[in-house]
Amino acid sequence: MTKPLKIVVLAKQVPDTRNVGKNAMKEDGTVNRAALPAIFNPEDLNALEQALRLKDRIPGTTVQLLTMGPGRAAGIIREGLFRGADGGVLLTDRKFAGADTLATSYALMQAIGKLNPDLIIAGRQAIDGDTAQVGPQVAEKLHWPQVTYAEDILSCNGERIAVKRRLERGVETVSAPLPALITVHGSAAACRSRHAKHLLKYKHAKTLSELQDAGNNAYDTNQPEYLRITEWGVADVGGDEQQFGLAGSPTKVKKIENIVFQAKESKRLTASDTDVNGLIKELMANHTIG
Amino acid sequence: MNFYTDNNDLRFQLQHPLMRKIVELKENNFADNGKYDYAPTDTDDALDSYDRVLEVIGEICAEIIAPNAESVDHEGPQVIDGRVKYAAGTQQNHDALTQAGVYGLSLPREYGGLNFSMVPYVMAAELVSRADAGFANIWGLQDCAETIHEFASKEIKDRFLPRINKGDTCSMDLTEPDAGSDLQAVMLKASWDEPAGVWRLNGVKRFITNGDAQIKLVLARSEEGTTDGRGLSYFVYDKNDGGVTVRRIENKLGIKGSPTCELVFSNAPALLVGDRKLGLIKYVMSLMNGARLGVGAQSVGLSEAAFREALKYAHERVQFGKAIINFPAVYELLGVIKAKLQASRALLYETARFVDVYKAYNLLAEERKLTPEERAEQKEYQKLADIFTPLLKLFASEYANQNAYDALQIHGGSGFMKDYPVERLYRDARILTIYEGTSQLQVVAAIRGVLTGAYLNKIRAYEKEPVKAEHEHLRKILVAMTDQYAQTVQLIQAKADQQYTDFHARRAVEMAGHIIMGYLLLLDAQESDDFIHSSAIFITRGQAWNTERHAFIETFEPDHMSAYSAIVEN
Repeated sequence: MTKPLKIVVLAKQVPDTRNVGKNAMKEDGTVNRAALPAIFNPEDLNALEQALRLKDRIPGTTVQLLTMGPGRAAGIIREGLFRGADGGVLLTDRKFAGADTLATSYALMQAIGKLNPDLIIAGRQAIDGDTAQVGPQVAEKLHWPQVTYAEDILSCNGERIAVKRRLERGVETVSAPLPALITVHGSAAACRSRHAKHLLKYKHAKTLSELQDAGNNAYDTNQPEYLRITEWGVADVGGDEQQFGLAGSPTKVKKIENIVFQAKESKRLTASDTDVNGLIKELMANHTIG
Repeated sequence: MNFYTDNNDLRFQLQHPLMRKIVELKENNFADNGKYDYAPTDTDDALDSYDRVLEVIGEICAEIIAPNAESVDHEGPQVIDGRVKYAAGTQQNHDALTQAGVYGLSLPREYGGLNFSMVPYVMAAELVSRADAGFANIWGLQDCAETIHEFASKEIKDRFLPRINKGDTCSMDLTEPDAGSDLQAVMLKASWDEPAGVWRLNGVKRFITNGDAQIKLVLARSEEGTTDGRGLSYFVYDKNDGGVTVRRIENKLGIKGSPTCELVFSNAPALLVGDRKLGLIKYVMSLMNGARLGVGAQSVGLSEAAFREALKYAHERVQFGKAIINFPAVYELLGVIKAKLQASRALLYETARFVDVYKAYNLLAEERKLTPEERAEQKEYQKLADIFTPLLKLFASEYANQNAYDALQIHGGSGFMKDYPVERLYRDARILTIYEGTSQLQVVAAIRGVLTGAYLNKIRAYEKEPVKAEHEHLRKILVAMTDQYAQTVQLIQAKADQQYTDFHARRAVEMAGHIIMGYLLLLDAQESDDFIHSSAIFITRGQAWNTERHAFIETFEPDHMSAYSAIVEN
């Protein structure tokens, strides 16, 4: 029997940038988060599905979510619990705020040190920053092997993991020793939906801060433990305070420009084969198709 | 996309005042709290659970089932070596719902269910039907579990019920080549196999929806030498035991994804459900009532889909320089579709609430003795459920057809093409007035409510509910319609002629239905503006529909029937 795995899924709450309206951006060129619904980053859901499949396959395997964000990002942990995860940790602290990818990966790495997983699975990238840097940076900081662009986890025997990668011009199968970090591509299987019983079990799960916001100072001791979502601050994860948040972020934004796409130009084509062939070639050359 | 959250009418129904009582009866002092980690702690928690689970189902319907509907319609199921293989999309739909843990919604928690009441269960059926009315059959056949739960032994319940939540599907095997509406003619033979200690089934069933299900409820003749309904018993069959093969599946007009099977039973082992000889007269009748509620939900879901397709097309299609929705001929059609849709939905959930109350009392009666007041209420709600169920089945299915017809008409020539979903809706709707008892048979069941005055009593009760001053004119119309209806019933009864009553039965039942749905819409309009237009449309048109029926009956003498019955002799 395969040894049970301890899996951590890195997930992020992001503004839904897929259906943006007029007020998606603020005057200063930053994202107007209030105007966009906060969602589970899509590729992180693909990552969660891969983790849950391993849990289905290997008895005893546990899946924990790890997310960093403001208090409301606890919603991400709940979404994970509803889909079958065992628990999760929200990293939330003013000192984490303003982090670029470097400071984010530092904070995640510190937290992972406490969670001690065999395997980390993350989405390839988040739809707000689109950097695809955080997963690889965490792996580098841990000195773990990383497999990026994963489409499917083919097998895992507790020692090694075999992964199919989706590349620009095909697929590649690689294997890595554990512990390892995998980032999952959007072409991987969609995440399962919420399970009715998990949903009803965990719907009242809250972080202590959420409870306090609702006017309660402490957990009701009559309520089961699983309704408590762990929150960690800088003090909980330890490490060098200078490497967290804004202080630990070398990225400086020089200027932001609003780009408005406009369809000004038009071209008139006849129905002739020459014109149609020309258009196909043009669209292929600029990668609109093909 | 989410078919639950994009439709305010659904949450509105969950907020009905009677829901709190239903939840409290169903949860029996919240006895499961602490025993199951997903059981609610109080009434609000339970209602919130209904809402959340419906949201999960609404998402699966919008994101998976609806997008699969077209390919399922094209591909359909196949028979391979005597077994049914679903279309790929059908299998995907079923797997998604199974994975979400929503099968067995209304079963008790000890059997893997969520112990939800009928209202959210029926709502789930409406959602699934809006996505794909054909798939709604596979989903809806979990009704069989209700019958097992109500009538079978503990041993059978323990063996079969937990499998529903895990994704085993059901079928109800009633119809045979010579036994359709007349189920007393069922011939499939059940004989007791003493050495094996099981019943053996032999014979043929036809038109069996989802006939290759893992769990089957089979109506069979257990009493040799009998020829009527009293010789029939009800059996449960487990596909794992073998003995049943699928001979063919029908090629149908609509609901093509739903496999309709011809089955051969050869020495198939089966277990008796409940008592011998009560198969048809008790258990099938009960199952049939559940199934009719299910077709009501299926019809409302299909009407919703048709309405949305028509509305969208009417906004998009430009003719004579403007979107066609701006033409009175088109917006009138849309207004009527919506009014019929909302009227049939109001009737659906009113009926579901009646069923909920009496079924909750039935379950409670197993736990403790009911008080005399509770028993009286149980009886009252059972009676209401019994007269409302055929009315619902009749109207919702007829309206689904009318709505699909009008929705296609709004599409013009494009609606006749395979390019738009409306042609599928039109084909899928057609079965609704036929199966689980034709419209004609619903009238046979409903006419009792007319002749005993049961509908009139309920109408008079609705009449007492207060309405806002600005709706008083609509209430006045309903009061006048009620007087006209009572007068029409008197005219029929005065003839004291069974043939005459049968001849006009549908008209009389329809008059009652129009008034009842008119009241339901008007009362809903007191709570939410979403029903104001539909109540105005439905009540004023209902007045015209009823006047036509009244005028026809008023001048119709018994000897006028000969013009029609002459066809029998020719």
